[in-house]
Amino acid sequence: MIENLFSLTVLVGILASGIRLATPYLFAAIGETFGQRSGVLNLGVEGQMLLGAFAAFYVAITTGNLWLALLVALIVGALMGLAMAFVTVNLHAQQGISGIGFYLFGLGLSDLLFQKMLGTVETVNGFPKIHIPVLSDIPGIGEIFFSQNVLVYIAFALVPIAWFVLNKTTLGLKIRAVGENPDAADSLGVSVARVRYFTIILGGTLSGMAGASLSIALLNVFQQNMTSGLGFIAVALVYFGAWSPWGVMAGSLLFSLVNSLQLWIQVKGVAIPSEIAVMMPYVLTILVLVVTVKRVRAPAALTRPFERES
Amino acid sequence: MTKLFRSEWASRVIDALLPVFAALAALLVGAVMLWLLKANPMQAYGALWDGAFGSANAFAETLVKATPLLLVALGICISFRGDVINIGGEGQMIVGALAATWVGLAFTNWPGWLVITLSLLAGFAGGALWGGIAGYLKAYFKVNEILSTVMMNAIAVQLMNFLLRGPMIDPDFAERSAKIPESARLPDAFQLPRLAPTRLHLGILIAVVLAFVVYFLLWRTTLGYRIRAVGQNVFASRYAGIKVSRYIVTALLLSGAFAGLAGAIQVFGVNYRMITDGSATGFTGSAGFNGIVAALFGQLHPLLSIPASILFGALLVGANSMQRVVQVPSALVTVLNGVVVVFVVSSEIWRRRRQRQRLAAAGAQAEAKSETDENLRTTEAQP
Repeated sequence: MIENLFSLTVLVGILASGIRLATPYLFAAIGETFGQRSGVLNLGVEGQMLLGAFAAFYVAITTGNLWLALLVALIVGALMGLAMAFVTVNLHAQQGISGIGFYLFGLGLSDLLFQKMLGTVETVNGFPKIHIPVLSDIPGIGEIFFSQNVLVYIAFALVPIAWFVLNKTTLGLKIRAVGENPDAADSLGVSVARVRYFTIILGGTLSGMAGASLSIALLNVFQQNMTSGLGFIAVALVYFGAWSPWGVMAGSLLFSLVNSLQLWIQVKGVAIPSEIAVMMPYVLTILVLVVTVKRVRAPAALTRPFERES
Repeated sequence: MTKLFRSEWASRVIDALLPVFAALAALLVGAVMLWLLKANPMQAYGALWDGAFGSANAFAETLVKATPLLLVALGICISFRGDVINIGGEGQMIVGALAATWVGLAFTNWPGWLVITLSLLAGFAGGALWGGIAGYLKAYFKVNEILSTVMMNAIAVQLMNFLLRGPMIDPDFAERSAKIPESARLPDAFQLPRLAPTRLHLGILIAVVLAFVVYFLLWRTTLGYRIRAVGQNVFASRYAGIKVSRYIVTALLLSGAFAGLAGAIQVFGVNYRMITDGSATGFTGSAGFNGIVAALFGQLHPLLSIPASILFGALLVGANSMQRVVQVPSALVTVLNGVVVVFVVSSEIWRRRRQRQRLAAAGAQAEAKSETDENLRTTEAQP
């Protein structure tokens, strides 16, 4: 029975969709990693994603230009990041709570605009699969890794780039310094405000991209609250991945694979109630947080607004 | 300007009015959005006002909506004062409602007053359990409570759908293939008494009484003092011999309990059965989130949370008539809620700044005291 359920084609299908589903988590969580490494917890990811998803979908359906749609989503995300940066950096607002404010804002606004400007659920032709020559012909592996849409490739390419920027560049050093000891960074002439503005806006931009990856690449629809908690999970994944891009990728993959397995279980009608299956990734995340949080230290200045001693 | 701020009294009045300014600013943002959506802002807000306060029925609806907001807000007052950010109101409401519904459907032969009491207690306990888990994980495993409560929300939704489509489903639906997640209807004897010939029910009175109880708890008991002390300064509290972990758990336990009670009252006062569309909002109407907004707007003060909850209840009810009159989706209210939250937390900077000025003005006396003392003292002196 079991070997029947897990035949090779099924396994390849689950893995391929697992890789694909990791895209929005990766974009959002990598962006959030930059923010948190500089000491800012952005809880508004979900709202930024929803607005990005709507913006991309709207532009795609009206112009048919997917790249333009993606660009608009990035800009919308960046603007949300800018607002978040102003509130947390200049006004020293409590980060967790203002993030909830931005979440509600994005949730409401994307719903409002959708109802006002589109109204009905439609589908759009999203980014097509790109079959990488030769590599995509490898049985199994080809379908899993080399026959995905362009955003999947970008998302995974982002992981080493993020790692390199954070660990091997001056910019990364500044970001980490600001997140660990803003006073020391400040006294060495690093502008804490400028670094945090950069990371929060980058985070917003990537969240916008995460939203776009849902609405014009993975699902190709927009619906009210279509992210349904995905943005919050992305925040959790940063803790899960111990603030390292590679860790974040591992977490994203774990989550998306369990998700795709769970989707398949639902379709197959295996004798596990689908609700229990849907619940599993969340339970898993909590368990992993329990195990990892004690071992790994968060950036020392996380959630702490910076104020120069006068 | 500085002259105005120099007077401590004026400075405190301005502090108290900050949320009002924030709300006015949010309404202004809303007006601009309405204008961009080609609706007349005055007409839209007029319709909103009429829908919320225009008749006895409208006002009753507003209070019905305000009830869960107030209960959740009371819990938020407790946890946020303890520097515990409970985002899990939605899940806690759901689990509380599930527990209460189960009791209500299990003891159909018992007298109404007894079952109602037991059910509401079960709701209280269910929410406490759900919040307490997050509290325990925070206190003893350092798991960030924002993350764990968000996860617990998602888990609660699935638990609800599982129970309402399975073990707790309305027997009338059990055989159908398209299973609507809803429980059987409670016996009529178990419905919370109505207060007027409207849908207004006893819940609002329970919530208002509890607001006074929470006020007393926070400012007149050792437990409340310790929760607030931990919220002000963990290190100082630990130094003073307070078992910090215990009060973190307690803060989330109580916070969850009030949300759970909100869920239970929603079932026994409004729907008389537990029903959802499969999402959290389908049952809670987002009260778990909007209660946070109300509490922040009420400056995390249980008594100020009463008018704050009525205000946000009014927004929710009025939004529907606004949608009818000017064809602007009621989602606008969610946007405004978000803006209010952002503005309120942003305006805190001026309050803190003036608090520091007052501290400086107190001179040598204040110098000896730590900031913690000052914070505790000023919050204690509030109405």
